[in-house]
Amino acid sequence: MILDELEARLRPPARPMPPYPPKYIVLASGQPLVIRQARRDDFPILLETVEPLARVRKDFYDIVASRMYAELLGQYIHRLLDPYCLVGTINGVVASIVNGRMIDAKRGMSYHTLTVHRGLRCGAHMFAAKMEYHMEHLGQDEVFIVAESFIGFKRWMIEYQLESRPEFQHELGGVPSYCLTRALYDTYKPRLVAGTRPVPPEILATADTLILPDEYPQIPGFKR
Amino acid sequence: MRQVGIVGIGHSKFGRMDFDLVDILAWSSLEAMKDAGISGGIDQVFVANMGAGAINHQTAVASSLVSRIFLEPAMAETVENGPASGASAVKCGYMAIASGMADVVLVTGGERMREVIPWKATDFVATLTHPDAEYAYGVTLPAFGGMYTRAYMERYGLEERHLAMLAVKAHRNAERNPFAHIEESASMGGIWDGPHRDVVNPIMADPLRLYDMCPVSDGAASLVLCAMEVADRFPKKPVRIAGIGQATDTHCVHNREDILDLKAVRLAAERAYTMAGLGPEDVSCAELHDAFLILEVAISEAVGFWKPGEAKLAIERGDTEIRGTRPINTSGGLKAKGHPVGATGVSQIHEIVKQLRGEAAREDRQVNDPKVGLAVNFGGFGNNVVATILAKE
Repeated sequence: MILDELEARLRPPARPMPPYPPKYIVLASGQPLVIRQARRDDFPILLETVEPLARVRKDFYDIVASRMYAELLGQYIHRLLDPYCLVGTINGVVASIVNGRMIDAKRGMSYHTLTVHRGLRCGAHMFAAKMEYHMEHLGQDEVFIVAESFIGFKRWMIEYQLESRPEFQHELGGVPSYCLTRALYDTYKPRLVAGTRPVPPEILATADTLILPDEYPQIPGFKR
Repeated sequence: MRQVGIVGIGHSKFGRMDFDLVDILAWSSLEAMKDAGISGGIDQVFVANMGAGAINHQTAVASSLVSRIFLEPAMAETVENGPASGASAVKCGYMAIASGMADVVLVTGGERMREVIPWKATDFVATLTHPDAEYAYGVTLPAFGGMYTRAYMERYGLEERHLAMLAVKAHRNAERNPFAHIEESASMGGIWDGPHRDVVNPIMADPLRLYDMCPVSDGAASLVLCAMEVADRFPKKPVRIAGIGQATDTHCVHNREDILDLKAVRLAAERAYTMAGLGPEDVSCAELHDAFLILEVAISEAVGFWKPGEAKLAIERGDTEIRGTRPINTSGGLKAKGHPVGATGVSQIHEIVKQLRGEAAREDRQVNDPKVGLAVNFGGFGNNVVATILAKE
């Protein structure tokens, strides 16, 4: 009883957020990448997916995976206010994960983009989906973003020509902050944001139960 | 002149490598020496490299390589001829042996381009253009590729669809090549007529799309060349260098009478055919410099495989597939195997040797009973081209 009371004091208020309607993108390989909002029961699989990458130094997977693990855990055990997580799957296998949260009604905070399945621009599509969620479904006007990897800097800061906002203190630390404004989103949306809705039931069904990746191109010889 | 053969081949993985340039060169060099059954005894080393001074802040890489793999006191030079550096280095190796100056030559081509951000890599390659008449106006190699493609399409009716078909082929071949940069398949349903084509396969240099272009890669490839008269010292049967041809064209593309006429390719191929006593009809497989997919199309016509404008028919028939009548870029080509510029010409010859030895069968991409292979390494935007013909002994 006391524990419940304490737990209640630790938790931020639970506020409903508009859902992210699932969509799919036909990748260059011809495979559909299904992007949907992560459900509460997905989080054990998502955490297990991310964990091995926390020891991969190449391409800054270690810091991105470590931080994302903490953020996903924070969301799972109710230690984040207004968080969300989107998951991208190919044939049900987790290919990429993105997350973030609402700062307030008009401003969003992008956290991380982590891609397991590389070479098909899954990360780029997932980041675009995250921006789409902030702008079109949460109705926000600005999303604050930082990059912790070279790839991230190229994909976000350069491809979207993000505005530099050094005065803004991003929650990921003191690294330089950038901002996706609505004007930038509208400019780059036709070139960078793709997807079809509704997802045909047979394709959506493949993403219902998440499957752990068997292989990580980042970890040669990986065995779970 | 003495006859020259290839008795050892080595290759690093292409892609992004977290090693310094000379380590990458050393890796493939040692692989080639291992394949040749030697650990020394190299008279001369030629290293093909275009950008170490500009992008890796390192010069005299041939001297460094020799020392890294303990080949002193072998003679050593670095050969720079833009994206055709690799085949030029092979030509130098050929000349050193043919002239009698050397019996055994190691040729290694390599580049570490991903040390810099992408636009710097593009800018570095663009330094091969005319500094006042081209570079100063912002011309890059992808821009030339786009302009050439547009002009070709207008004259010969090539469609974007044909390029997408070549991209799918390139990815399919690269998927079976353990050294290839690109490891993912591409499908027409994804890059051509899929619902999200314009995002998945965006236009980069109109009309060229993302999947019509090679990636920026690190990597190296190596060959051990020897005089045919000493070839019996080596465990593997030599593949003979039957012909080498080289030709140049105007530095500025706009000075050419017909920008679609790849004159240097045509002349280089003619010279190589003459030297080999062979013709295009004798070629079993070819590696053509497809930094942009239009170049596979145009080079295949310039070397005489098809009449101008007819390559598209060959694509539609599937002639250029591994099981087709004229397999082209069985390695995945620059498009999907990757294009570390200094390595490319050497890597093309590595693939031809592999095909002529029958070793590509292990990777399920063996051409049926090849006897003769052609490699075309394209420098500049066609202003310095080397064609090499290899023959099975």
